[in-house]
Amino acid sequence: MGRALRLALVIAAKDIRLELRSRTSLLSASVFAALVLIVFNFARDPTAVATVDLAPSVLWVTVSFAAVVAMNRAFTVERENAAFDGLLLAPVDREILYLGKFLANLAFVLVVEAIALPLFVLFFNIDLGGALPGLLITLLLATAGFVAVGTVFSAMVVRTRFAELMLPILLLPFMVPPLIFAVKISVLLLAGRPLSEVAEGLRFLAIYDVVFVTLSVLLFSAVVDE
Amino acid sequence: MTSAEPTLVEARGLVRSYGAVRALRGLDLTLAPGDVLLVLGPNGAGKTTLLRTLAGLLRPESGRVSVLGRTLTRDDPGARRPIGLLSHQSLLYDELTLSENLMLAGRLYDLPDLRARVEAALRQQGLQDRSDARPRQLSRGLLQRAAIARALLHDPRLLLLDEPFTGLDAVAGDRLRQLLGEHCTSERAMVIVTHHAAEAWDLANRVAVLVGGRWGYQAERPSDQAAFHLRYHELVHG
Repeated sequence: MGRALRLALVIAAKDIRLELRSRTSLLSASVFAALVLIVFNFARDPTAVATVDLAPSVLWVTVSFAAVVAMNRAFTVERENAAFDGLLLAPVDREILYLGKFLANLAFVLVVEAIALPLFVLFFNIDLGGALPGLLITLLLATAGFVAVGTVFSAMVVRTRFAELMLPILLLPFMVPPLIFAVKISVLLLAGRPLSEVAEGLRFLAIYDVVFVTLSVLLFSAVVDE
Repeated sequence: MTSAEPTLVEARGLVRSYGAVRALRGLDLTLAPGDVLLVLGPNGAGKTTLLRTLAGLLRPESGRVSVLGRTLTRDDPGARRPIGLLSHQSLLYDELTLSENLMLAGRLYDLPDLRARVEAALRQQGLQDRSDARPRQLSRGLLQRAAIARALLHDPRLLLLDEPFTGLDAVAGDRLRQLLGEHCTSERAMVIVTHHAAEAWDLANRVAVLVGGRWGYQAERPSDQAAFHLRYHELVHG
């Protein structure tokens, strides 16, 4: 177990280092998130819909599309010089490769969310107040779920001609269930409801994570092996 | 190979297709330590498919590959440990330096004394002054040397080389030949896939010709290269 985690962290650290050098994924996803928030901010009519009703949907639309942008690069970096062959050739379980890529993707998307959340508060003039801890837990649980699925699909589409188009087409349907719950939870939290009222939704997100991380680990090997 | 020698590689009945195209049609292959097999064949003969299957990067539709007695399967990643691959491409990340690329590879193989090992590998390839260079900053010859350093870092007992001399000038080619000659001791085996027999003729002790996914010829390396050349053309062009 110790070796597996160490190797997964080696792979994740490699991806993070690659990203810090190129800044392609983080920068584009963060700018994209900011642009989406700006567009929604100016496109809405504050007299027609109350901010507190609209804001959670805007937050999750922003997060989900920015996540797709961030995850698109997960395996395209592996195509350069066929570097992924080097990983597949190493005496490392495919499950560990998946875990490493998943951890790196999760880190990227959480960083994008860390940038988007203050912008969201700023543009929508939201007082997070006591909602912040619950919102952070919701972000973490929902993000882990769709990053788990996104990592597998990213590996699957990287060999196709239209990888960047295929990823959202495949991934978005799988993002719908956690997004529905994440929006519902966020509505309640931003309305000042206590964490205990959203426990059921958080439990669903946790179950989604367990199920889809497990399925993704099992499927990854079949996806990457030619 | 005598019966007393252990088998390093054993492949049986390898079949692999790409859609309707059959790239390998029931290939068998046995390599003993010390064997250097030169695999020749025209484009599309299945040479690269064979090499990738021996490396465990391609799953055969039927048949199996064993290296040092362990069958290459998804469930036994340790079976890939003795394998080194020098591919058409360098397997190096462009955003990492050569040193970082080799450190990464070494960590994946759990190599001890990694920093010293990486420095030695770069020194062996004459790249000690380029350890902080990125792969994209290197010429084709230097990049090939870096790829060799990566392939040899874990001291593989089976080295698979796909067109290793492509893009190298005469000096770099001679240097690679010398290095491969030094690498292939009685403990190890090599498979060299190439279009040009002359490039690796002196390294090999066995020669095989792949035609349409089948062995058209397999034997000890003939002493007369010119005569073999005629035979090769008969095999390939009919």
